[in-house]
Amino acid sequence: MTTSPLPADETSRRESWLKPHRLVLILIAVALIAAAIIFGRWDWLPRYLPRLWSGLLVTLAMLFGSALLGFVLAVPLGLVQVTGPWWLKTPAAAFCTMIRGTPLLLQLWLLYYGLGSLFPMIPGIREFFLWPYLREAWPYGLAALTISFAAYEGEIMRGAFAGVPSGELQAARAFGMSPAKLLWRIWLPRALHRALPTLNGETVLQLKSTPLIATITVVDLYGVISRVRQETYLTYEPLFLLALIYMVLTAILVFAFRYFENRIPTRGI
Amino acid sequence: MIDWSLLALNPPGWGGVLLQGLLSTMEIAVGGYLLGLVIGLFGAIGKLHGGPLARDLLEVYTTVVRAVPELVLILILYYAGTDFLNKMLALLDYEAVDISGLVAGIFVIGIVQGAYSTEVIRGAIKSIPPGQIEAARAYAIPPAKILRRITIPAMLPYAIPGLSNLWLIATKDTALLAVVGFSELTLVTRQAAGTTKSYMLFFLAAGALYLAITLISRFLIGILERRSRRGLAGVN
Repeated sequence: MTTSPLPADETSRRESWLKPHRLVLILIAVALIAAAIIFGRWDWLPRYLPRLWSGLLVTLAMLFGSALLGFVLAVPLGLVQVTGPWWLKTPAAAFCTMIRGTPLLLQLWLLYYGLGSLFPMIPGIREFFLWPYLREAWPYGLAALTISFAAYEGEIMRGAFAGVPSGELQAARAFGMSPAKLLWRIWLPRALHRALPTLNGETVLQLKSTPLIATITVVDLYGVISRVRQETYLTYEPLFLLALIYMVLTAILVFAFRYFENRIPTRGI
Repeated sequence: MIDWSLLALNPPGWGGVLLQGLLSTMEIAVGGYLLGLVIGLFGAIGKLHGGPLARDLLEVYTTVVRAVPELVLILILYYAGTDFLNKMLALLDYEAVDISGLVAGIFVIGIVQGAYSTEVIRGAIKSIPPGQIEAARAYAIPPAKILRRITIPAMLPYAIPGLSNLWLIATKDTALLAVVGFSELTLVTRQAAGTTKSYMLFFLAAGALYLAITLISRFLIGILERRSRRGLAGVN
């Protein structure tokens, strides 16, 4: 099965991607998948398909919702750590350290069970207009995911803000830009541009964190598969399908980000 | 308002249970991390110097592990690993064994960490100036000795930032084993909180313990990093 060693040269490697041993590997993979389809039990799949679809939507909503909100929080978190007064700098740094130093599962349970047990004690909260949401699980999941994303991305934004060459900021000041205009026109765009490449990896990591919210009864993709496993007593088939779905989602994210990254001009920067 | 006596070390309090959970967490984190390092070292060498088949299989391993959520991987490896071992034992006419949560946990965390360490170590080995290894080969040092004397010490300064990050991830990934019912810190915290109904107190206490691990690790990593970089020209 072994063939001649791979040529080190990148171009010739791309030409001869399909090598005999790769063909054999692909055949083995196809055989394994066929065996899983033929010998596994898949009769549950059509019944659960609508629920899997809604679970997928919940997962994607949680991913993009928390990434978007988290990124909006991360920008001020990073900025005050670089330029803020000490009474903003210290809490922001402490927040990032604390969130990044504890497991997300613990934060999630702290919010859901901890805060969730404190809220009903507040008198008059049942008349509060957000109460119907506070009784559900997903706002806690979204909050925990958002906080976690904000802390990790905030640390990256701190580096991005600090990494903008000071000459550019001095030039902006020399043009008489006000601090707000300098931030809006020069500092923020340059920092965002520096932070963008990391966004891909962080979003993939965030996708891989979303199944945790199933532990607080949010029915996302993982929650649906857990239900399947409880109701059909199957172990492997649902889990393998779940792993496959997450792999496809990761691949889509990676390729989508790569596409957009290539469209952002980087010349001369 | 806050009943601090709940954190007492002796049985009416849950402090001792929490510390026991912390110990399990540390055991799994250390064991899984070390297993991951061994996998990573061999994986990196396989990716750099292995045959085409080994390279492709390792590529599949690292890609799949890094694309699937840890929680799902842990479930699959936990069930599949114990199942596979018991089937093998049955095939060899041995009694089925009940695999201890500790061993299963270390195995699962090790496999996950191995994929990430493979990439970190591969990158670190590639950033060693090639002249150093060529010089060692020119002296006719056997490959195993080159690995031990030249490659590993020379790659350490490049690998330590990535590897220390992986250690911090390992300590936090152990919390996921709570989902398969292993009594590490997060799960015992939840049990303590559920029994006493003081959720905030226990979750905050566990958070403080995790944070302490992270902060102490960071301090030690700082010392290690400075030591491994001695004699190197500053990069920054």
